[in-house]
Amino acid sequence: MKREHIILAAVFVVLALVPFAAELTGQASWTRLVGQALIYGMAAASLNFILGYGGMVSFGHAAFFGIGGYVVGIMYHHFDAGTAFLGLIPGTDQMLITLPAAILIAGLAAALVGAMSLRTGGVQFIMITLAFAQMFFFLFISLKTYGGEDGIMVRRTNSLPGLNMRDKATLYWVVLGLAAAYYLFLRRLVQSSFGQIIAGIRQNERRMAAMGISTYRYKLYAFVLSGMGAGLAGALMVNFLRFASPDMMHWSRSGELMIMVILGGVGTLAGPFIGAGVLFTLETTLARYTEHWMLPVGIILLLVVMTSKGGLMALLRRLGGKG
Amino acid sequence: MILLFEQLLNGLQYGVTLFLLAAGLTLIFGIMGVINLAHGAFYMVGAFAGAWVSIQTGSFWGGLLAGLAASAIVGIVVELGVMRRLYARDHLDQVLATFALILIFNQSTVLIFGRQPLFTSLPEVFSGSIEIIPGLPYPTFRLFVIAVGLAVAVGLYLLINKTRIGMLVRAGASNRQMVRALGVNIQGLYTAIFGLGALLAGLAGVMASPIVSVQVGMGDEIILATFVVVVIGGVGSVKGAFVAGIVLGMCDTMLRAFLPGLLQQAMPGPEAQALGVGISSMGIYLMMALVLLVRPRGLFAAQG
Amino acid sequence: MKRLLTSASVLVALAVPSFAEGTKIGVITTLSGPAGYLGEQIRNGLKLGLDATGAAYELVVEDDGRDPNTGVQIADRMLNEEGITLLTGIVFSNVSGAVVPEVTDAGAIYVSPNAAPSGLAGAKCHPNYFVVSWQNDSLHEASGAAAKKLGYTTAVALAPNYQAGKDAIAGFTREFGGEVTEIYTGVEQSDFASEMAQIRDKAAQVVFQFHPGGQGIAFLKQYQQAGLLGSIPMVLSEPSYDSVILKAVGPAAVGLTGTTHWNADFDNAASKAMVAAWAAAFPETPLTTYAQQAYDTGLLIGGALNTAGGEDVAALQAAMKAADFASTRGNFAFGANQHPVQDWYLTAIEADSAGNPVIVTKEKIIEAAGDVYAADCKM
Repeated sequence: MKREHIILAAVFVVLALVPFAAELTGQASWTRLVGQALIYGMAAASLNFILGYGGMVSFGHAAFFGIGGYVVGIMYHHFDAGTAFLGLIPGTDQMLITLPAAILIAGLAAALVGAMSLRTGGVQFIMITLAFAQMFFFLFISLKTYGGEDGIMVRRTNSLPGLNMRDKATLYWVVLGLAAAYYLFLRRLVQSSFGQIIAGIRQNERRMAAMGISTYRYKLYAFVLSGMGAGLAGALMVNFLRFASPDMMHWSRSGELMIMVILGGVGTLAGPFIGAGVLFTLETTLARYTEHWMLPVGIILLLVVMTSKGGLMALLRRLGGKG
Repeated sequence: MILLFEQLLNGLQYGVTLFLLAAGLTLIFGIMGVINLAHGAFYMVGAFAGAWVSIQTGSFWGGLLAGLAASAIVGIVVELGVMRRLYARDHLDQVLATFALILIFNQSTVLIFGRQPLFTSLPEVFSGSIEIIPGLPYPTFRLFVIAVGLAVAVGLYLLINKTRIGMLVRAGASNRQMVRALGVNIQGLYTAIFGLGALLAGLAGVMASPIVSVQVGMGDEIILATFVVVVIGGVGSVKGAFVAGIVLGMCDTMLRAFLPGLLQQAMPGPEAQALGVGISSMGIYLMMALVLLVRPRGLFAAQG
Repeated sequence: MKRLLTSASVLVALAVPSFAEGTKIGVITTLSGPAGYLGEQIRNGLKLGLDATGAAYELVVEDDGRDPNTGVQIADRMLNEEGITLLTGIVFSNVSGAVVPEVTDAGAIYVSPNAAPSGLAGAKCHPNYFVVSWQNDSLHEASGAAAKKLGYTTAVALAPNYQAGKDAIAGFTREFGGEVTEIYTGVEQSDFASEMAQIRDKAAQVVFQFHPGGQGIAFLKQYQQAGLLGSIPMVLSEPSYDSVILKAVGPAAVGLTGTTHWNADFDNAASKAMVAAWAAAFPETPLTTYAQQAYDTGLLIGGALNTAGGEDVAALQAAMKAADFASTRGNFAFGANQHPVQDWYLTAIEADSAGNPVIVTKEKIIEAAGDVYAADCKM
């Protein structure tokens, strides 16, 4: 237990120093790279909560990521134009409002999708979550007011009182702080009695039902919580990129999130973050060297899945165990 | 009336294309328990090999043979090299591995054929159109596609219901462990089924190549619709794939063709158009959601 | 042997700086996926255009995969790490919507060889943002004008159900003025059989359709297969009949009408030089308007580099604003929003001696046209 705390603290400090290191070495884009990886890591970790701990393989998680992002985009759009959403709700650029709103709306969407999808299981669950995500994707493509397929620009990052959010390092630290908070939240969640029930349902749903637990309801709670996490990540991403587009909820994005989880290690806390970081770095680095970067990425992914079981976390553990 | 009939034919033709892709996928899914996201790659391989050979030789039929051979060979190689190691893994590892295969296939195709789309012309025999009923000329090639699709359906029906291999396939789809326990050469059976599935996908690719544009990533676009067909039909059921493929093809085409017009009765033109297309793009997903809510295992689930 | 290699590489290392002490130009473009050929055209055209000016330059090319996230990521690295102050290359509006503000905020210059979304053309225009191609709407207004000029009064207009598609039909309708039946197609649709049936059913005088890339190839093939090619004429705007599409469609394209801002048969020195340079460098690949726009972009950038004598942003900006280069399309000037003011032409697709389609310029239909958004731009 002690050792884990030390490692976590060390990782946090190293991550907090990234903007300085980037400045010193002249690799300024590292701040953004790590920031984006952290955000993807959050989205992947939220997926991992239902996928790894709860055994619900959702193939439509990017929908909640995108919805969270669009909440920020749409609120900024109305703030910029001085109009109101549906003629009722005025826009804003205050992060203290947009982030909770994004979490809330993504949670509502997840409740809607989850309530229907959780009636099925297995492959059918994978496909029905995908189906709902596709419906959201097509919905946002046809929203002409909010840019349709071209997406919606957020000219300025949302403001936080007392902070200069236009400074890249400040924004990065805000992201890092939220990512760390989210990590700790998940850690507690997994260890809580709620987390135990979710894990129990994964292992043997019938037994949990026999114990008088309404498994459907618990699974739905977990699904909603997970959707909220993805919404938060999406809202941060739009602040980071200053842009929201339907690409955020394309089915290949859902696939990418799944791959981050699997690559890092299913059902581990740090796995999704590691998976996101590695995949992201791999893609960006290879893209600098060759136009055909997809080929090596594909080959590396294939090799990882063929040779190791349990992703990079298992690999790390094995190394750690030996050393 | 003529318009309705023509649209029904269009739906049928789209439906059999979906069936060709879904038949193989549902067998692989049902018998080996593998989620193969890369099934669309076989469609692309078939289309590219077919188009390339028919450009080189000037013969559509040569291209057809090449497309079938190439997709079957690629399918078998993938089974031997990759899939075989994944049967025992859970769905997640399969998703990751087959996603990696998509990247590899797409980029390899770029390296081999370049980024320009390929073009094949229709075979001479089928280049015209036939007046099926007065006032409706319909492209002969599309009728040919429908005929091929229906012939494959009959062929698969006979293969599955009347032969020994078919018996094993049926047994495998409903109870995998049992077939393994019977001491059948399960490895050989798996390879054969995978090859057959790839071949059918390749056939769909070759048939589509003179109609759509032969380009990298063409398989990714159609694979989602194929998965929807498989799930609605019931995993492992070829009959389900056939029924769901035809129904979905029809519905998709009908929605696209008539929904905007119907909406126009109720609201102004441009909005009706945009909304109509939006809803019909969602149509197949909406259908899947509805079917699964009523029958969580699909229409003709093979597994109990 | 090893030593020989080492000394050779030292020689190269010594030789390179003095040889290529050019300004770095960042090229973010789409090279993967079905639209990859567009990025390839742009990259190659840009290179030839820059070479023609004799400017000292170095291209840093990266693939955005049509993904705005990736585009911004690349832009950030180019701007902040590699110190690049001059960027270009983006194919798609959704990528440029994300990248352009990033570039202009950093005080660098972006020159668009293709995408020009309306969001950046009006009130949000920027002194450091130039468009060499056209504003998105202009393409389709030209087609509307052409259809009107040819004497048609009823039309069926088809486009995919996304923003650019809706803009296309709106632009066409604006200039056409007649009765238009709108049909929207699916975003990733490749089989248009159902639309063909509707076109036949409506029996309009002319068909306008906007489907770039692979969708356009499929549409034209199926139009012919459905037997419509001979019976209902079609007017196209340039992204729907670039020479790659025509090469893929083959003889089925003969008989169509198109509108464009440039064509390979233009009788001016710059265009002729480009066609010759392209044929020499890429004999296998057709030359499209994408490459032509990038070539013009190369001429503009190269000329500005020569005038400004380096990469001082203010000097470059001033040199570019003058638009002092001989465009391959003839008349060219920047409007108030630094988008082109240019002429549009009517073209016919005819058969060459081998029966393959070739685009032939017929007449000028619009002269010195800018775009509707320029009025909103206050710099």
